[in-house]
Amino acid sequence: MIPTTPTTTPTSLLHTWSAILSVAGLAIAGEVLIAGAMRRLGDLDLLRTGPGLRGYLGPTRAVLSSPLFLMGALCMALNFFAMLYTLSIVDLSLAAPATASLTFIGNATAAKIFLRENVDRRRWLAVLFVCVGVVLLAQ
Amino acid sequence: MKYTLTPQRYLILLAVMLTASVGDTLLSRGMAQVGAVDFHHLNRLWHALFNPFVASGILLLIGFFASYMTALSWADLTFVMPATAFGYVVVALLSRFWLHEHLSIYRWAGIVLIVSAVGFVAGGPSRTEHPSHLDLMDSGAGR
Repeated sequence: MIPTTPTTTPTSLLHTWSAILSVAGLAIAGEVLIAGAMRRLGDLDLLRTGPGLRGYLGPTRAVLSSPLFLMGALCMALNFFAMLYTLSIVDLSLAAPATASLTFIGNATAAKIFLRENVDRRRWLAVLFVCVGVVLLAQ
Repeated sequence: MKYTLTPQRYLILLAVMLTASVGDTLLSRGMAQVGAVDFHHLNRLWHALFNPFVASGILLLIGFFASYMTALSWADLTFVMPATAFGYVVVALLSRFWLHEHLSIYRWAGIVLIVSAVGFVAGGPSRTEHPSHLDLMDSGAGR
């Protein structure tokens, strides 16, 4: 008897998790770079060049000329397409909580190391609660 | 009192919560219509941009990006992060009270955990203050 070949090949475990890990890694790099850029620029309201919509020219120009921001935006753009790709091979119910939890843990660690944010017990506890909460929500 | 949040800043955080979650939902619905994308048909990703759900999702995510960056200009990344997580709660509650879907006990537990995480962080300072060199010199001179 000839073994029947399945019409659709299931995505391998390695393939699934490398897609999820690259989405999370790009998100962490992008968010930390952008947060670093915004921290350097300071309160955007102070950069406004006048009232109304034209007043946003100042903050927009400042943001777009920050190299840290541009690198972060590139990572976020890559993250966006990586997520689109991941969603096409992995169910949303696995991809969303897995990338979200990994991104939260990675962000908190990276914010402490690179942005020297004061990640106190309160914030670590929040990261833990969010990770468990996101996984439970996907049940 | 430098780092207390004004009503306008709470509105920005609210926009961060809502735009991300609704935008992601639209994207996932759009991609379900577009179908699976593999390495040999990467050009499908380009066509996906013209799907109305994907396009409106992208529009909302641009709004998310703007409000998120504004929030990061006056708050820590680890302070804004739980606000983005609150978006998942918004989606769950929308599906419960608007689409009348059933929420399991696990999902309610997840909602409670995320809401309390937001509570923990919101109770603390929104920004890490690094003492500047001048402050350090002042404290040294005072001794």
